[in-house]
Amino acid sequence: MTEQTDAFVLQPQTGSRFRREFGRGARSMVAAKWPILALMILLVVLVVAIFGPVIAPMDPNRQNIILRLAAPMADGPNGQIFLMGSDALGRDAFSRLLYGARVSLLVGVSAILVGGTLGVSAGLVSGYFGGWIDDVLMRLGDIQLAFPFILLAIMFLVVLGPGLFNLIVVLGIGQWVTYARIVRAQTLSLREKEFVEAARAMGDSTASIIFRTILPNIIAPLTVIASFNVASVILAEAALSFLGLGVPAEVPTWGSMLAQSRDQLIANKWWLAIFPGLAIVFTVLSFNIMGDWLRDFLDPRLKERS
Amino acid sequence: MWTFIVRRLLQSVIVILGVTLISFISLQMGGDPTFLFVSERASEEEIQMIREALGFDKPLHIQYLTYLKNVALGDFGNSLSYRQPAMGIVLGALPATIELTLFSMFLAISLAIPFGVFAALYRGTAVDGGIMTLAMFGQSIPSFWMGIMMILFFGLYLGWFPISGHIPFLKPLFHGNLATAFGNLTSSVYHLMMPAIAVGFYSLSRNARLVRSSMLEVLGQDYVRTARSKGISERAVVVNHALRNAWLPVVTMIGLEFGFLLGGVVVIETVFSWPGIGRLVFNAINQRDIPVVQASVIVLSVIFIALNLIVDLIYVRIDPRVKL
Repeated sequence: MTEQTDAFVLQPQTGSRFRREFGRGARSMVAAKWPILALMILLVVLVVAIFGPVIAPMDPNRQNIILRLAAPMADGPNGQIFLMGSDALGRDAFSRLLYGARVSLLVGVSAILVGGTLGVSAGLVSGYFGGWIDDVLMRLGDIQLAFPFILLAIMFLVVLGPGLFNLIVVLGIGQWVTYARIVRAQTLSLREKEFVEAARAMGDSTASIIFRTILPNIIAPLTVIASFNVASVILAEAALSFLGLGVPAEVPTWGSMLAQSRDQLIANKWWLAIFPGLAIVFTVLSFNIMGDWLRDFLDPRLKERS
Repeated sequence: MWTFIVRRLLQSVIVILGVTLISFISLQMGGDPTFLFVSERASEEEIQMIREALGFDKPLHIQYLTYLKNVALGDFGNSLSYRQPAMGIVLGALPATIELTLFSMFLAISLAIPFGVFAALYRGTAVDGGIMTLAMFGQSIPSFWMGIMMILFFGLYLGWFPISGHIPFLKPLFHGNLATAFGNLTSSVYHLMMPAIAVGFYSLSRNARLVRSSMLEVLGQDYVRTARSKGISERAVVVNHALRNAWLPVVTMIGLEFGFLLGGVVVIETVFSWPGIGRLVFNAINQRDIPVVQASVIVLSVIFIALNLIVDLIYVRIDPRVKL
């Protein structure tokens, strides 16, 4: 009897299967070359984001009016050097860049968590229950997509005021529709599958069916979207910081560093604009490359077309 | 056909209602909205007076209906910093924004199709690799940084393009001043070049990738093989058979693309001191000029929604397979 029921129950992933998949992933990554580089860049950004204060040679907010707008490699205070020059207030651009990694990663990842949680829940409910709740949620999504996201963000942030929390919530809300649509489509097709029928027949609760039977089967496509999404959220964060709607001015971010560099362009203080921009480009590029690779890895059929 | 148009129109009206509701809610979210409209030194009596004048003492649903009525009439109140109707200021800045958006869209689409097609035809070669690497970068570069880099290199270092300034084309055109409009055209495009490339590069990259993958899919189809086996020249196969189908996904994206470009334009205008809605919003943000921000957002949204509607209708015409 127990053997029969076991056949219906989803086998939990065993350690050896995980190791096999992991090995396959690692080999595919090495074969594709670029993802390795992307992963390394992301690891560097992660380390910098976590240990920034330890690595940074100077206090990112320490002003030094005498040594303002120093060129890269110029002498700084106390025998130190300004690796990437100093800004209009004489602050060390390199230290500010290191601190900036924190905001970008924190906002990128947290906004995805907020948007992902909202979107996945909405998608599961929509797809599993259908009916009016599905209609309401999906029409709400349509309305939001019919509205250029950056305008929505500007409108809310102007009224709510800039700040890390507001920024994460607004950027997160901006992302939920994407997740909701994909999860809904997947749930719709999974709902009719035998193993879900089986779980239902076994008397599993609705919550258990949704979260323990259906959800694990949609995680894979979600990781692909999340990877691309972090990239676009980091870009959006930089744009909002550039407009002065990001985190408070005293917190260094790549976007706000670029905003401040604008005033120094005519004076040709190029270093203030180049380094924070490159930091954004390489971080975003790495997330995009990872997303591309993940997509090909999880669904090799798509590779034919890419 | 007509049911489709009516349904789509109704849908657009609902979306616009949704937009007004969102902007109304955003006003209320920070607490009593009166404080957004008064100076910090205002006395309690002054605040109360303004609260009553603006109707913020009334129940919320009445406030929303009033708000809706005012929006329909294009009345967003006076700009707090210009002391003129916000709507008039926004409409004055609109042509410059439309010029930039349309031109960057034109650049993005007209370049994306040949790039995508060549990458697909020369799949796996250096041409493909080069175009796709460029496209990958294009999707990772913030448009405003691209703008800054172009100012530094093409504007200041090489001196090829002006780093700011706007020569109006649409404004005289709208006023029926054809001679001025077309007299301005060349220098207008010249000034548009750098900001339009900066905004459009992302869309160009995304669409080039899109064209390439749909082209690859179409090239593998039976009817393309049939066309080839009939002895039709390769050029005709690509242009008449493959491309006609391959660019449909791009058309579907045009409406959404427009919204995306509008977002980019709002940011890039600040970089190039472009006298459009984006710079207006940027200044309004800094002065917390709420009526101008609200009017700008609503105007841009309505344009975006209307364009999406038009694109959907056009789509029905060019792809007869679309069921209504």
